Amino acid sequence: MTALVYVPVDAGALSLGAGEVALAIAAEAARRRAAVKVLRNGSRGAYWLEPLVEVLTPLGRLAYGPVTAADVAGLFEADFLNGGSHALSLGPTGEIPWLKGQQRLTFERVGVIEPTSVADYVTHGGYQGLTRALSMEPAAIVQAITTSGLRGRGGAAFPTGIKWKTVLDQPAGQQKYVTCNADEGDSGTFSDRMLMEGDPLTLIEGMTIAGIAVGATQGYIYLRAEYPHALRALRTAIAAAHQARYLGSDVAGSGKRFDLEVRVGAGAYICGEETSMLESLEGRRGEVRVRPPLPAIKGLFGQPTIVNNVVTLASVPWILQHGADAYANFGMGKSRGTLPIQLAGNIRRAGLVERAFGLTLRELLYDYGGGSATGRPIRAVQVGGPLGAYIPPSQFDTAVDYEALAGNIKHGGLVEKAFGITLRQLINDFGGGTATGKPLRAVQVGGPL
Amino acid sequence: METLPPAESAVVQRIASDLKGRPGPLLEVLHAIQAALGYVPPGAVPVVAEVLNLSRAEVHGVVTFYHYFRHSRPGAHTVSVCQAEACQSMGAEALTAHARRRLGIDFHQTSADGRFSLEPIYCLGNCACSPAVMIDGRLYGRVTPERFDALVADRVPSP
Ligand SMILES: Cc1cc2nc3c(=O)[nH]c(=O)nc-3n(C[C@H](O)[C@H](O)[C@H](O)COP(=O)(O)O)c2cc1C
Ligand code: SF4
Ligand code: FES
Repeated sequence: MTALVYVPVDAGALSLGAGEVALAIAAEAARRRAAVKVLRNGSRGAYWLEPLVEVLTPLGRLAYGPVTAADVAGLFEADFLNGGSHALSLGPTGEIPWLKGQQRLTFERVGVIEPTSVADYVTHGGYQGLTRALSMEPAAIVQAITTSGLRGRGGAAFPTGIKWKTVLDQPAGQQKYVTCNADEGDSGTFSDRMLMEGDPLTLIEGMTIAGIAVGATQGYIYLRAEYPHALRALRTAIAAAHQARYLGSDVAGSGKRFDLEVRVGAGAYICGEETSMLESLEGRRGEVRVRPPLPAIKGLFGQPTIVNNVVTLASVPWILQHGADAYANFGMGKSRGTLPIQLAGNIRRAGLVERAFGLTLRELLYDYGGGSATGRPIRAVQVGGPLGAYIPPSQFDTAVDYEALAGNIKHGGLVEKAFGITLRQLINDFGGGTATGKPLRAVQVGGPL
Repeated sequence: METLPPAESAVVQRIASDLKGRPGPLLEVLHAIQAALGYVPPGAVPVVAEVLNLSRAEVHGVVTFYHYFRHSRPGAHTVSVCQAEACQSMGAEALTAHARRRLGIDFHQTSADGRFSLEPIYCLGNCACSPAVMIDGRLYGRVTPERFDALVADRVPSP
């Protein structure tokens, strides 16, 4: 019987040698005449365990990590193909405490499936949301998004359903667009990248549902140039979805059209702002447009346009599949659903944590993050990218939701940066270099720094 | 403005003509030119402007707005070292100093033998594996000076 081994193709895992590990496993299997098929999945997001290798056994998927090419012969020796025990054994992947406690909705398939396989996607619940949407009136789809409480995950936290309704309400019979903001420019954020590489069809399905909901027949994904791996995954997945007739002139046999294209940015941070993104998509300098009119009324090429972040759009299939109320049951206050939070920088266990809104910074930094990588006390946390806030330890028990952090969670990125350095150093560090040249907001922090 | 050698001019002409019909094609055209030639030569600007029916000023304005487009021929290998906050918190500054010394060049420069160009980059989405480096589109994480040297050595032909 052929053993199935998973080795991630996620760019982060590759950056730590996953490609070499996959080659070494194939070579060692050939040498031993063992029947092994190496499958490539996305990353589970536990980057301190990458490259994380999994083997499918009768007990489910068992994990080993972090694996280097030099460990491979030893793993075969320990009979890892049958779940043999080894110094790198982590047990069943789903039981790894860091992963087990998470509430993965948007990221439920990331790290689990083969990213660009429509068959694998459908086996794991993919395209059920679209099927549901196709049985609904457009207004009912938009209403479901409103009821779910989904707010934009790209920074401004604007209610997604309201944005969609504005586009839906523009007269039919004209060209409308769905655009995805995949510029992910803030340091410390990588959830968009992980999703696009690990489960691109979820984004594609979310955009397709958006198109059906508002009557848009063309979508664009505006992807930053720094993400070549995501570009390959998206283009391959779009071609596969076309092939399977989930995109094109007759989406899933509905007679409705939706086409999708990736456009690549060119290294301008400001193009993450939605109106400059639209300028850039039109092939111009990415200069911010004056508002009004809103993009929902006059957006791309002057037409009604949805602009949403990757994670916002990728949350849509789950909502349609499981129902708006099921999604709204997660979270607290006006922050409903889950947030993929990224722990990065000087932290022991960096990676992606998807949890319902409402957990505290302390849980994130210590229970998940394990404290600073250097072992020194955490003195401040930068929340939400370079334009976000610095939070001192006195506020670490604050629950993560939009209101408590006053919109500063932005994209959900947490960079544990300022361990043991003074506020002055902090200001000097950042003062010269914010990408937008705006004055620093580090001073907001105050407190025990 | 310098004029392009005929071979390059033909490439630019063909790319621009091929993509002309697409909505808002200019950025796509510039990407394709850089993919084919390694950079966007200043001499490409009038050619692109003419094919796409834009003013030279407009094309020039777009080429210069976006940091990603290069104006001169890069070295055989482009080494980009992340300068953004998460990588800074994990030693990107020291790694950058090391890279400068090892390659003997500063940012935006190309080594005399034409082998390496060194560029700053602002977040590769690999902030959980900082500090991060990209070489010719391949990503590397948790890069120590020793690993950096090994990555560079891999790209120098053995004598
Ligand atoms: C300087 C600046 C940079 C931004 N960068 C991004 C980005 O990289 N990704 C993103 O989704 N939104 C970014 N935004 C927010 C967008 O303008 C916009 O609010 C968002 O794409 C809307 O999608 P959402 O409602 O799904 O969040 C940025 C905003 C500003 C002002
Ligand atoms: S500072 Fe200027 S060049 Fe840099 S991203 Fe902002 S607008 Fe563009
Ligand atoms: S800050 Fe360097 S990869 Fe994100």
